[in-house]
Amino acid sequence: MALILELCLIGIASGSIYAIGAMGFVLIYKSSGIFNFAMGEMMMIGAYFLYTGMVIFGLSLYAALPLALLASALLAAGMERWLLRPLLGQPHEVMIMVLFGAGAMLRGIAGMVWGHDILRLPEILPRKPVFIGDILIPGTLFWGFLMMIAIFGGFIVYYRFSRTGVAIRATADDQTTAECMGINIRGMFLFTWVMAGLLATAAGIVGASVNGLSPYLGNVALEVIAVVLLAGLTSIGGTLLAGAIVGVMLTLIGFYLGGAFQQFMPYLLVLLVMIVRPRGLFGTKLVERI
Amino acid sequence: MSAATESAMPKPGPAMFKPAIYAALGILVIAWPSIGNDYLTYMATLILINVIAVVGLNITVGYAGLLSLGHAAFLGVGAYTAALLLIAGVPLPLTIAAAAVTSFCFGILFGLPAVRIKGVHLAISTLALQFGFFFVAQRWVAVTNGDNGLQTPQASLFGFVFNTDERLYFLVLPFAVLACVAGSNLFKTRVGRAFVAVRERDYAAEVLGVNVIWTKLLAFAVGAAYAGIAGALLAIFLRLVNPDQFLVSVSVFYLTAVLVGGRGSMLGSILGAVFMTLLPEMLRVGASAIVSDVSGYVGFLATAREFLFGALIVIFLHVDPRGLVGIIGKLGGRIEFRG
Repeated sequence: MALILELCLIGIASGSIYAIGAMGFVLIYKSSGIFNFAMGEMMMIGAYFLYTGMVIFGLSLYAALPLALLASALLAAGMERWLLRPLLGQPHEVMIMVLFGAGAMLRGIAGMVWGHDILRLPEILPRKPVFIGDILIPGTLFWGFLMMIAIFGGFIVYYRFSRTGVAIRATADDQTTAECMGINIRGMFLFTWVMAGLLATAAGIVGASVNGLSPYLGNVALEVIAVVLLAGLTSIGGTLLAGAIVGVMLTLIGFYLGGAFQQFMPYLLVLLVMIVRPRGLFGTKLVERI
Repeated sequence: MSAATESAMPKPGPAMFKPAIYAALGILVIAWPSIGNDYLTYMATLILINVIAVVGLNITVGYAGLLSLGHAAFLGVGAYTAALLLIAGVPLPLTIAAAAVTSFCFGILFGLPAVRIKGVHLAISTLALQFGFFFVAQRWVAVTNGDNGLQTPQASLFGFVFNTDERLYFLVLPFAVLACVAGSNLFKTRVGRAFVAVRERDYAAEVLGVNVIWTKLLAFAVGAAYAGIAGALLAIFLRLVNPDQFLVSVSVFYLTAVLVGGRGSMLGSILGAVFMTLLPEMLRVGASAIVSDVSGYVGFLATAREFLFGALIVIFLHVDPRGLVGIIGKLGGRIEFRG
């Protein structure tokens, strides 16, 4: 029993990392209807930025983290401004292909600049395991989970109550009306991309300190997409619960059936959600069926 | 009425040269192995195999407007099917047919959950297939022999063994020609026109009596079947099948070929396949001009390639969505319509 509880807690903790990535996903999808296929690569590059600051330039965490966040914000803004905005109004396949191409470019850059070996981030999260009663949780995962929850909570508060948050939600609801109310739609697109870039970096850094850093960290995108689909593409709050569900499922399957099945899981889950409930658990907008 | 008379009249200008160009191309293609050395024949065979795969992806992406990010997985399904059957001693024609059918069925299976829903789901489903395929190929050791892959025996037809590059070239050539002819004729038939109609406006197509879901599924599966044939030929040609040949980066490769050549154009598929097959070679030659010993940079070149492919997708979508065909058309001073 204690073992299952332990696995569930580990699952919830690792699921929170996917949830933060998924939140960036949903944010972009809600505001501009673009499905960001380069999200996994944005997570990976963000973690590499921190690695560069701390290991290559030898900065302290407090100097390297803001720089890494700044760099990924600039990257996300650049992607929105130079890759996507010229193509606004084109069919969504074109957007996906551009982002798929951008993802390949980011993977290529990571491989050329930092190589293919799995790197270790410096210990920014304590490694010492945490005990809750008899239950043992790896330290990086525990503190990473707390960080993710803090970011999640902070973001939800910001999104609900701040002026900008209201503007984003207005844009997501109805672009034309929002524009009539004096909201700068293009500014909002740019802003949501920057926010998503920051969220991706946070998730990428925690993910890399748990699992190690390599260009293939971007492959976590499939887990993130599974979370997004399960949450229903349009639900920001739902990503946390969906993340926990996916995380627990992955951990349990990984423990009882082995790692191969664990990597197979998100894939089955994605197909299952599509067949059984295409709008996910919390999706509000009805999916358009043919 | 007017459209019919227009197409009946001989078009003035460059179109008059078309038969001559085709004849010249035909002679060149048939005589190629006797002109070129082994290396050139090898590259030409690779190009022909890629032509088949790119035509298939272009049917799905260019003509039917469906997005597939997992084309390499369909090639992989075909390649493994062919390798397993050849090892079991099944005759060559049956093997290739079986590879096409298997990939077709996989296309139906994985298109099914996605084509009913509008939006990004097909792209996600194909990406999932891409990752899923890799894990199955790598972990199901009993059948796929894991990372070591399968050694394909030499293919033979009625006692004629395909054991030289030249013979393999002439094995692949008919398939490539057939793929192009079948591909361009498809769009003169009801089914092919239904693909284009669904791409342009699915509601309108439905009103005109096209079964939208079935048409989408068929377009997706036909593209997969082309990939299956290309995969089978690849298994016969390289004599080796392993999971690393069908990574995501290979799917990026084929998508780039379609976009670089030109969406919705047969000529574009051929141009894209030629350009993309030669690009890594040019990269290698370029690198060996800078560094004397390339062997230390193999990993670097692989990533540089992926970066370059991604960059080409982005550049062509921004600069000329019609690809090389569009650029050639512009240079020729006339506009070619796709479809």
